[in-house]
Amino acid sequence: MNTSMKTTPRYQSRSFRTKIKKVLVSLILLAGSLVILSPVLWMVSTSLKTPGEIAQFPPSFLPDKFQWNNYIEAWNTAPFTRWALNTLFITVCVVIGSVLVNSLVAYGFAKIRFRGKNILFVIVLSTMLIPGFVLLIPQYMLFSKIGWVNTYLPLIVPAFLGNAFFIFLLRQFFMTLPNEMIEAAKIDGANHFQIWWKIAMPLMKPAIITIAIFSFNGAWNDFLGPLLYINDENLYTLQIGLQTFKGTVQTQWHYLMAASVLVLLPVVLIFFFFQKYFIEGANITSGTKG
Amino acid sequence: MESVFVKKKDKVNVKYRQKAENKHLIKSLRRREELAGYLFIAPWIIGFVCLMLGPLLFSLYVSFTNYNITSSMEFTGFDNYKRMFTMDHLFWTSLWNTLYYVLFSVPVTTAGAILLAVLLNQRVPGMKWYRTLYYLPAVLSGVAVYLLWMQLLSPSTGLVNTALSWFGIDGPAWLYDPEWTKPALILMKLWSVGGGMLLYLASLQGVPKTMYEAAEIDGAGSLQKFFHITIPMITPVIFFDIVTSLIGGFQIFQEAYVMTENGDGGPVNSLLFYNLHMWNNAFELFNMGYASSMAWVLFVVVMILTMFNLKLGKKWVYYEGGDQK
Repeated sequence: MNTSMKTTPRYQSRSFRTKIKKVLVSLILLAGSLVILSPVLWMVSTSLKTPGEIAQFPPSFLPDKFQWNNYIEAWNTAPFTRWALNTLFITVCVVIGSVLVNSLVAYGFAKIRFRGKNILFVIVLSTMLIPGFVLLIPQYMLFSKIGWVNTYLPLIVPAFLGNAFFIFLLRQFFMTLPNEMIEAAKIDGANHFQIWWKIAMPLMKPAIITIAIFSFNGAWNDFLGPLLYINDENLYTLQIGLQTFKGTVQTQWHYLMAASVLVLLPVVLIFFFFQKYFIEGANITSGTKG
Repeated sequence: MESVFVKKKDKVNVKYRQKAENKHLIKSLRRREELAGYLFIAPWIIGFVCLMLGPLLFSLYVSFTNYNITSSMEFTGFDNYKRMFTMDHLFWTSLWNTLYYVLFSVPVTTAGAILLAVLLNQRVPGMKWYRTLYYLPAVLSGVAVYLLWMQLLSPSTGLVNTALSWFGIDGPAWLYDPEWTKPALILMKLWSVGGGMLLYLASLQGVPKTMYEAAEIDGAGSLQKFFHITIPMITPVIFFDIVTSLIGGFQIFQEAYVMTENGDGGPVNSLLFYNLHMWNNAFELFNMGYASSMAWVLFVVVMILTMFNLKLGKKWVYYEGGDQK
C-alpha cells in the first residue's frame, strides 16, 4: 500500500519530465534545422534576385520579383551544357569502374583463400591513411610523362584500379555471404568469377548502390583532378567551369548562385531518392553491421 | 599364393595411387583458388604499385633533386629540405595555418557531430525529416558550396552577419579579415557536420538499451548516462572519426583555392595552407623537386600524428569484449 502510493506520483512526474524533454528536443531540432537550411534557402533566394536587390541593405529574404531568367542567362553565359555533358561522361565512367572493380577486389578479399591475403588487406587499410595530396605531384609527373594531361584518362583510369575505402566497405558486406552458398555453387561447377557475378553481386545490391552513389558524388564534385589535368576549356567539368565562371562574371551573385544551384541539383535529387543507402554506408563504416 | 600376393600388391598400389591423385587434385584445386584470389585483387595491386608505391618512391628521389619539368634532374642532396626549413618563411606560415585549422576544426566538428547524433537519437515526431535535413549539407560540396559561403560571409549583406546583427553583434569581415579567415572556414565545415553525425547515430543505435535501464535502476541521471555509458560505448567511432578527420584536415586546399583570388592565400597569407603553398610551388613555379620535398615533409608529419593517435587510442578506446579491433 505504502509503496504504491509513493510510486504513483513519482511515475507521473517522470512521464511529465520526459514530455518536457521531448518538447525541448523538438524545439532545439526545429531551430537547428532552420539554421542548417538557411544557407540553401539563401542561395535559391539570391539566385532569383536582381543585382540591385542583392546589394541592398538590409538584405531582403524573398526576392521582390522572381527573376527566373537569371538561370537561363547564367547557363548561357558560359558553355555550361558542354561542361555538364563532360562531367556526366566522366562520372558515369567512374561509377562503372568503382562498382565493378571494387566489388571484384572485395570479393577476393572476403571469399577466396590465398597466401598473403591478410597482409595485403592490412596494406589496403593503411593506404587510407596516406594523405592524397602527397601523391598528387608524383602522379602528375607520371601522367604527364605518358601524355595523359588534358585527357580524361587521369580522372577515369584510377577508378578502375580500386579504392581502399570502397574495398573495405564492400568486403564487410561480402563477408556476410554464407560460405555454404559458395561451396554449393562450386560443387555445381561454378568458378569464382561466375559466383561473384551471378550470386554475390545480385545479393549485394544495396551495397553496390551505396558505392555507386558515393562514387557518383565524388566524381561529380571532383575539383582537384580536373583542375590539375584539364587545360582545354572545351574539356572542362562543371566544377572547373564554375570556378572559371566566378572569374568572368566577377561579383554578379545572381548568376553565380543560379549556376551553383544547377550544379548542386543532381546531387540533391540523388540524395532525396536514395537516402537509405547513405545510412547503409554509415552503418558499415561504424561497424554496427557486417 | 602368388596370385593373392599380386592382388594385394595391386590393391595397395591402387589405393596409393588414388591417394596421390587426390592429393594432387586438392593441390591443384588450391592452386586454382590461389590464382583466382590474385586475379580478383589484381586491379588493386596494379593501382597500388603504379599509383601509390611507385610515385611515392619516385617523389622521394625527386625531392633530392632540382627537377622543374624542363630541366634535367640534378641531384642536390638536402638542399630542398634546407631551403624549406631555413629560407622559406611561407613554409612556416603555411604549416602554422594548417595546424591551426586542424587543431580547431577536428575537435569542434567531432563534438558537434556527437551532440547532433544524440539529439537525433531521441524519440520525437518528425525525426526522419530532421535526420534528412541535418545530413543534407554533407552531400553538398565542391565549388558551388564555396561560392555560396562567400556570399553568406559577405561582411555587409551576407546572411551570417545579418543574423548576428539581430543579436546586436557586429559581425567580423570574415574572409577579408586575416584574424577571421580560418574561423570562417571552420564555420563552413561545421555546417556539414551531418556526415560525421550519421556515423555516430549508427553506433548510438548499437548501444544495448539494457545498459541504460540498469543505470536508471541505479539512479543515474541523463548526464551520467551520457558520460558513463554513451561516450565509452561509442569510443571506437570517435577514434575512427578523429583519425580520419585529422588526415582530412591536412588536405585542406580547395576551400582556400576557390575562396581567395586565384589561390593567392587570402589577406596576409592567412589562408595559405600547406597544400596551397605546395601547389603553387609545383604547378605555378614548376619547382617539382622542392614541392616533392614539401610533400614528403607533410607525409612524415601526418604519419607521426597518426601513429601518435593510434598509440593514444589504445589508452581510451573501449572495445566490447576486450579484444582489439
